[in-house]
Amino acid sequence: MVEQGATPRVSKARRRALKMAKSLTTPLLPDDYIELMNPMWTTRELRGEIVEVRPETEDASTIVIRPATRWLGHWPGQYLRIGVEINGRRHWRAYSLTSDPNHPDGLISITIKHVAEGKLSPYFTRHAEVGSMVYLGGVEGEFRIPYPRPEKLLFISAGSGVTPIWSMVRNLAQDDALRDAKHIHSCRDADDFIFGSTLRDLRDQERGYELEERHTKTDERITPKEIDEMVPDWRDRQAFLSGPPEMLEGMKEHWEAEGDPELLRLERFQPVIGGDGAGGGEGGTVRFRVTDVEGESDGSIPILECGENAGAKLPFGCRMGICHTCVGKLAEGQVRDLRTGEVHGEPGETIRTCVNAPEGHVEIEL
Amino acid sequence: MSTATVETTDGQTMENPLNRLTDEEIEAIGEEFQALHDEIFDDLGERDATYIRSIIQFHRRLAALSRIVLMASEYKPAWVLGTTGLSAAKIIENMEIGHNVMHGQWDWMNDPYIHSSSWDWDTASPASAWKHSHNYVHHTFTNVVGKDKDVGYEIMRVDPSQKWYPHYLAQPFYNILLMAFFEWGVAVHDLDFDAIKTGKKPKSQVMDELKSIGRKGRRQIVKDYIAFPLLSGRKGFKSTLAANFTANIVRNVWSNAIIFCGHFPDQVYVFTAEEGEDDRKGAWYVRQLIGAANIEGGSFFHFMSGNLSYQVEHHLYPDLPSSRYQELAPRVKEICEKYGLPYNTGPFSKQWGMVQRTIIRLAFPGGKVRPKAPAYKAPASQNGSSNGHAGNGKVEGEQAEKILASFP
Repeated sequence: MVEQGATPRVSKARRRALKMAKSLTTPLLPDDYIELMNPMWTTRELRGEIVEVRPETEDASTIVIRPATRWLGHWPGQYLRIGVEINGRRHWRAYSLTSDPNHPDGLISITIKHVAEGKLSPYFTRHAEVGSMVYLGGVEGEFRIPYPRPEKLLFISAGSGVTPIWSMVRNLAQDDALRDAKHIHSCRDADDFIFGSTLRDLRDQERGYELEERHTKTDERITPKEIDEMVPDWRDRQAFLSGPPEMLEGMKEHWEAEGDPELLRLERFQPVIGGDGAGGGEGGTVRFRVTDVEGESDGSIPILECGENAGAKLPFGCRMGICHTCVGKLAEGQVRDLRTGEVHGEPGETIRTCVNAPEGHVEIEL
Repeated sequence: MSTATVETTDGQTMENPLNRLTDEEIEAIGEEFQALHDEIFDDLGERDATYIRSIIQFHRRLAALSRIVLMASEYKPAWVLGTTGLSAAKIIENMEIGHNVMHGQWDWMNDPYIHSSSWDWDTASPASAWKHSHNYVHHTFTNVVGKDKDVGYEIMRVDPSQKWYPHYLAQPFYNILLMAFFEWGVAVHDLDFDAIKTGKKPKSQVMDELKSIGRKGRRQIVKDYIAFPLLSGRKGFKSTLAANFTANIVRNVWSNAIIFCGHFPDQVYVFTAEEGEDDRKGAWYVRQLIGAANIEGGSFFHFMSGNLSYQVEHHLYPDLPSSRYQELAPRVKEICEKYGLPYNTGPFSKQWGMVQRTIIRLAFPGGKVRPKAPAYKAPASQNGSSNGHAGNGKVEGEQAEKILASFP
């Protein structure tokens, strides 16, 4: 299965009616016919319509979207998988949500910086038009403020990495919960600061929010060492980092060497397989029923690679459990999630072959 | 087909292409066919996406409309109109849409609902089993006797190199049954009786497949023979049931005819297991080329046959969108002419006639290898380019748009 939008929340009665009508439309779904009238009426995947494209800086824009069904909310700092079609192909990316989770009109937004060599960012910043349809995937991410909210916070961002942090800061301000937050942001110059004017206003109004800007046009990018001088009590603060990978890696090492890594959260959009305490399992064998091959895993090799090692051509995408391109229907056996170590699987369940390894013998419809 | 020479339809003899071609030629052929594939694949985009979406929309509108008309099926004109519409809808869905989507021809779009992993078609055969027996077995081991179960579908003798058994005497009769109930034949064919007998397929998988055929079959039967007839009311029940039954038979006979014409006309070569093992890319392409046959016709005919009338192009490029086969044809012919290869084609009546003749003749023991097509030569008047097609693929590429334009 290819990555698709999230399942829209609709009433039980409607679901039941659709299910009954299926005996008339099989093997298609009633939605396949309903869609002919309006693509937004489908209950299979959540879609949305772009209602506004708002420039934030010279090369960043906020895309405001009206989801086809009621928005179920998100935590400030989380990201959304969003799909668009470019030249007949659907592409997906993850972007931090920059909208208020409780937007009165149920609108959502993402804020995107133009990257000339990118695929989706130029679409959003240059070509997206009001009225265009987008596909809305799931809301995900652990990059959010834990409850109860910590008293002392530290935000470090760079470039468009400010977007999830902006969401958190705004939410804290709304809840009157900005008690002792420090924010250090790096960007090219004063004009290049996405949400800069609002955050500066906030700094002037709120005593609990300190903002420090670093302009890389005239100055060096912030280094881990400088943190000691700028925020002497950084070790005691719950810290959030969002920016380019080099910055994240440097800071992470600093926290691991001198601080408390437990108090650090990063937005990297890339889960690391086998990272956070995921134990390898016993492994096992996989039979791919459609391709007619058998593969083997020592417990660390995901099902997808078992098949590829055995010479099968299998669908794959991100290879890190995000995009669902590689999923196959489990016919028999159990699998271990390589990210969490959890063993799961029931016949008929669709599993992501790129992040699951067989636990014993597994049969899969691929 | 280990014979060094074969008889051709123009009364000459020709060396069997697989024996005649040198290693260098095989390699060059492989490269040329691959380059053609890559050229078209790189060009796929908006135009193609619009084509398949429009056809899908057209099918759904036609199917819905026909079903609505059939609610009044007790009236003759409504019955005729509805049955015609529904037959056409089923044919389009199975052939131009279902078969091709399940081949992965539209997977590049990354659309979760027009994708080989999610599509299921309006026929008795469940998608997953068909993808194994057809996409994998048939398209990999095309016409390799003993390996490709589509050579006679394990129940018919369609090539003299298949061993004769007395039950083949009945094949002219069950061939007619198969035409009428083709969808059920396809459904059961996927089970692969050979693999079950030899124990190659685990019992649990056989059970799962049987269950899935049962589930799919039940849904199809409930829809066509219970649910929609009920919607027509007490008076219309029987006539709608008859209409749906007729539409299924029409679709079965038509798809059976097109599919049999793809591999069983006289010009088509079959291969020994040894020939089938030649895994050079060029050899694979040659086997696909001479192991299939086209049917000539206009663009409406090609559309209604799901472009399987371009069986040669389909076998060379099963993963390229069917709407591109028409523009590929002249380019394929150029390669055929360059390397002295045949390009199997003929009018529908001739191809179909040959298939039926073969089925009747080979019901009895013996039988000879039939004459093959000579090496392809472009008609002289066309000055190098081929058969009424301009050599430029772009011109043919507009075919899809022409078909689209003819829809309401």
